[in-house]
Amino acid sequence: MPKIKSLDELRNLRSQLKQEIKARTETSTTITVGMGTCGIAAGAREIMQAFLDELDRRQIDAHVVTTGCIGMCSKEPLVDIQQGDGPRITYGNLKPNMVPQIIEEHLIQGKVVSKWTVGQLAKEA
Amino acid sequence: MNGDRVNQIIDAYGGDRTSTLAMLQDIQREYNYLPREALELIARRLELPPGHVYQMATFFKAFSLSPKGEHICKVCLGTACHVKGGAIILEALEREFKVKSGSTTADGKLSVEGVRCLGACALAPIVVVDDEPHGQMSSDTSIKLVQEVVSGQVAKAPAPAEVKPAVVRAAVDLSAVPPAG
Amino acid sequence: MADLYRADVLISCLHGQSADLAPTFRQEIERRGMAGEVRVVETGCRGFCSVGPVVSIQPDGEFYVNVQPADVPEIVEETLVKGRPVQRLTYKEPTTRKSITKYDDIPFYGKQMRIVFRNTGLIDPQSIDEYIAVGGYEALGKVLTSMTPEEVIEEVKKSGLRGRGGAGFRTGRKWESTRKAKGDVKYVIANGDEGDPGAFMDRSLMEGDPHAVLEGMAIAGFAVGANQGYVYVRDEYPLAVKNLNLAIQQAHEYGLLGEDILGSGFAFDIGIVRGAGAFVCGESSALMQSLEGKVGEPRSKHVHATDRGLWDRPSCLNNVETLANIPVIMLRGAEWFASIGTENSKGTKGFCLVGKIRNPGLIEVPMGMTLKEIIYDIGGGPPRGRKVKAVQTGGPSGGCIPTSRLDLAVDYETLSQAGSMMGSGGMIALDDRTCMVDISRFFLEFLKDESCGKCAPCREGIKRMLEILTAISNGDAKMGDIDTLETLAKTVQAASLCGLGKSAPNPVLSTLQYFRQEYEQHITEKFCPSGVCRSLVAYVVVDDKCKGCGLCIKVCSQESIAGSAKQPHVIDQATCIQCGACFDACRFDAIQVIPRSQVELLPKQEVHA
Repeated sequence: MPKIKSLDELRNLRSQLKQEIKARTETSTTITVGMGTCGIAAGAREIMQAFLDELDRRQIDAHVVTTGCIGMCSKEPLVDIQQGDGPRITYGNLKPNMVPQIIEEHLIQGKVVSKWTVGQLAKEA
Repeated sequence: MNGDRVNQIIDAYGGDRTSTLAMLQDIQREYNYLPREALELIARRLELPPGHVYQMATFFKAFSLSPKGEHICKVCLGTACHVKGGAIILEALEREFKVKSGSTTADGKLSVEGVRCLGACALAPIVVVDDEPHGQMSSDTSIKLVQEVVSGQVAKAPAPAEVKPAVVRAAVDLSAVPPAG
Repeated sequence: MADLYRADVLISCLHGQSADLAPTFRQEIERRGMAGEVRVVETGCRGFCSVGPVVSIQPDGEFYVNVQPADVPEIVEETLVKGRPVQRLTYKEPTTRKSITKYDDIPFYGKQMRIVFRNTGLIDPQSIDEYIAVGGYEALGKVLTSMTPEEVIEEVKKSGLRGRGGAGFRTGRKWESTRKAKGDVKYVIANGDEGDPGAFMDRSLMEGDPHAVLEGMAIAGFAVGANQGYVYVRDEYPLAVKNLNLAIQQAHEYGLLGEDILGSGFAFDIGIVRGAGAFVCGESSALMQSLEGKVGEPRSKHVHATDRGLWDRPSCLNNVETLANIPVIMLRGAEWFASIGTENSKGTKGFCLVGKIRNPGLIEVPMGMTLKEIIYDIGGGPPRGRKVKAVQTGGPSGGCIPTSRLDLAVDYETLSQAGSMMGSGGMIALDDRTCMVDISRFFLEFLKDESCGKCAPCREGIKRMLEILTAISNGDAKMGDIDTLETLAKTVQAASLCGLGKSAPNPVLSTLQYFRQEYEQHITEKFCPSGVCRSLVAYVVVDDKCKGCGLCIKVCSQESIAGSAKQPHVIDQATCIQCGACFDACRFDAIQVIPRSQVELLPKQEVHA
C-alpha cells in the first residue's frame, strides 16, 4: 500500500474511495430503477447494471436506488431520474443500449430525452 | 505448566518490565489462571522481587491464582444487570450446579463467577459462557444453556430462539396469548 | 478502480449473535446472482441494542431488527430483488405498534444528533478506506498543513469541548498546560478503560470507529508536542482491542501514523495497552501507574499529570469520546461546535440508556436535552405497566435523580447540582421494582471491591457504610444509623485521596436526599416496598385478581407455587426465596408484596405441588 505523502494525495484518495460507498451518501442526482417483480421480469436488472457501468465509466456522481412497482407495468422497465429539486422524469420501456444516450443527454447536457419519457412528476410536496 | 511457553510470552515483549501486565494477561489467557511457577519465572527473568509480581497478580480482577473449570460461566452483575436480576441468575446457577460463585465444581467441569459490567448493558441480564455472550437471560434459560454446554450438546452459540431479544417480538407474542379466564 | 454497488447490506451488533448473518447474506446474494451489485458490510454498534442483530439496507434505509439467519432469504427476495420492505422484521413503535421501515423515521434516532458516533454503523470499522471516504484524516491533514499547535489549542478552547470521561475538565486548557510544560518528551493518552458498570459508549466507539480516536490522538499529539500516544483499553473488550490494532496498522501503511506524516515533518505513533479489570485504573494517575507496568494506585494530585505524568513526563490524558470529537471540530470549526449544547456544556454526549426501559441502547444527544425527553421520547419510557422512579447517571460516582426532577437539562453543572454527575455516560432507568437502599448497597459493594486500599477514608469508610446499608436492608438497623451513614459519607467525600474515593458516597448521599423516607420505611416498618430486600418481604397471591393462568408456576425456580387452572394460585412461604420472578411475570397484578412480619397473619393455606 503506498504511503500518502500530502493532504492533496489524501483528498485524491478520498474522492476515489467516495465512489465505493456512494450507495450510502446522497448526491444531487438520483436514478430510481423500478424493481418490482414486473420490472425485473421486464429486464430492470440489466438496465440497472447498465446505469451502474456507465456512471462508473464516466465517473459521474449519482445515486442509484431501486424501488418497487411504479404501477405502469406495461411500460416496464421504468427508471426515474431526478436532479436536485427538479422534476422527476420517468423513462419507460428501456433497453440497456438506450442508457448511454440518456446519461449523455439528460445528465451531462441537461436535455430530457423526451421520446422515451412516459411522464413527468412535479416534486412531491 | 510449560516453562518454554512462558519464556516465549516474556520474549514476545522483549523481556521489558513495563509489559509485566501484558505478560500476565497472556499467561492467564493461555492457562486460564496464573500458575505459581509462571509468576516465579517472570520475577526471575525480569529481575523483579516475586512480591512485586504477586502484587500485580492479586490487584487486578482479570487474574486468578487457582485453575478454573473446563467451562467458565460469568454472570454480569453490573448496574443494568443488577436491576434486571443478574444476582438471582447467579444464585440459581449456584444452587443448580452446587458451586459457589468464584469457584469450580468438584468434577472440574464448570466455574461460575459474578463479574462487573461486560458492556452489553442494553441486553441485560447478560450471561457469558465460554466467551460467548448471551443477552436477556433468565434463571431457567441460563441453567439450560450451561447444562447444554457442560454436557457437550452445544459447541458454541445456543439456538437463537433461546436468547432472542424479546422487546419487539415479545410484544407481538403477548397479544397472541389468549386472555385467561 | 472503484466497483460501484447499487446497495449495501449493513449488519451490526458484532457483540451479540450476528456472526452467522454476514456469511448467510453473502451466500444468498451470490445464489441470486447479485454478488456484483450488492455488498455486505459488517459495521459497528448502531446503539439500538435491544433489537439486535440489526440489518439495514442502503441506500433506501430499510431497517430490520432481530434478524436471524433464517430471515435472510426473505430479505434478499423481498427487499433486494423486489424492493419491498419485509414488514414482519421492521421495527414497531412500542406505543402505536405502527411498523416503521426507514431508519431515520424511528423516534429512537429522530431526536438524536450524531457527532461522535457519526460513522459507527455506517462504515466498516476494519477498513481505513471507508473512514477516508467519509472524510477521515482530512482534519489531521488540515491541522498539519495549515495550522500551528497554538491555533489548534485555541480552536479547541473556543469550541468549549470538555472531558467526556467524567469530571468535565476543559480539553483546551489541558492541552495548553501540556504544551507549556517543560520537557522534550511528552505523551498523549486515550482513556478507554470504561469501568463504570452500565456504560459501553467507549466500547462501541473503539469497535465501530477506531480511526476517529486515532485521528483525534494524532491531532492532540501535534498540539501538545507529543510524538507518542497510548490507548488504554479495558481487557474485557477484545473486539475493541482487535479493531484498534488493525486501525493502527492500516494508518501506518498509509503513512498517517509514523514518521513525517503527510509530508509535514510531524511524527506520531500509537501503542495499545490493555487494562486488567481494575475500576480505579480509570482514574488518571492510577491509569498512568498501570501504563508504567505497576499496580494501578492513584497518587496525590499536587503535581498535575500535564506537568509530570507518565514516566514523570508531561502527559495529556483524554477520554476516547473526547478525542473522537476533535476531527469534527477541526473540520467544521469551533463556532459550529459551540452552537450545539448549553452555555457551559457544548456539543453532544453519548449515553448508554439502559435499565427498566423499552428501547435500551446507545444514544447521542445534544447537551441540554432534558432527562424526560431522553427517557420517554428516545427510550420509549418504562416497560408495560411500570413507572420510572429515578434515573441513575454517572455510574458508581454519580447519583439517582427522582422522577420529579426529570425536566432537568443534561449538562455538567445541572447534573452536579442535582447531586449526580455526567460521568462517563451511563444512564440507568430505575422503576418501582428498584429499591433505593439496595441500589446504594450495590454501588458500595462494587466500590468496596474496587477501592485500591491506599488511603484509609475510602478503604475503611466504604466498608463501614456498606455494613450500615446491609443492616438496613436486613431489617437490623435503628433510626440513628441513617445519621451515622450521612456523617461517614461526608467524611469519605472530604478526606479521600483520589476522585474515586471523593465521589464514592454520591450514590448514598443522593438517594438519602431524594428517598430518605424509603430508608426510614426499611427501619421503622421493616418493609421494602419494592420487594427487593428479601428479609423484609413476602410475596402473596391476591385471590380476586388471580385468573389462574399458571404463568407464575412456570417461572418459579423453587416450585413454590401451586394451583389448578382458573383457580387462584398459592405461594408456599416456607420454600419461597422472594426472588420476585412471579411478580414480574404476572399480567394481572395478582401478586403482592407484603412485609415479612405479616406472613404469620395469613390464613393457613394448603399447597398442592
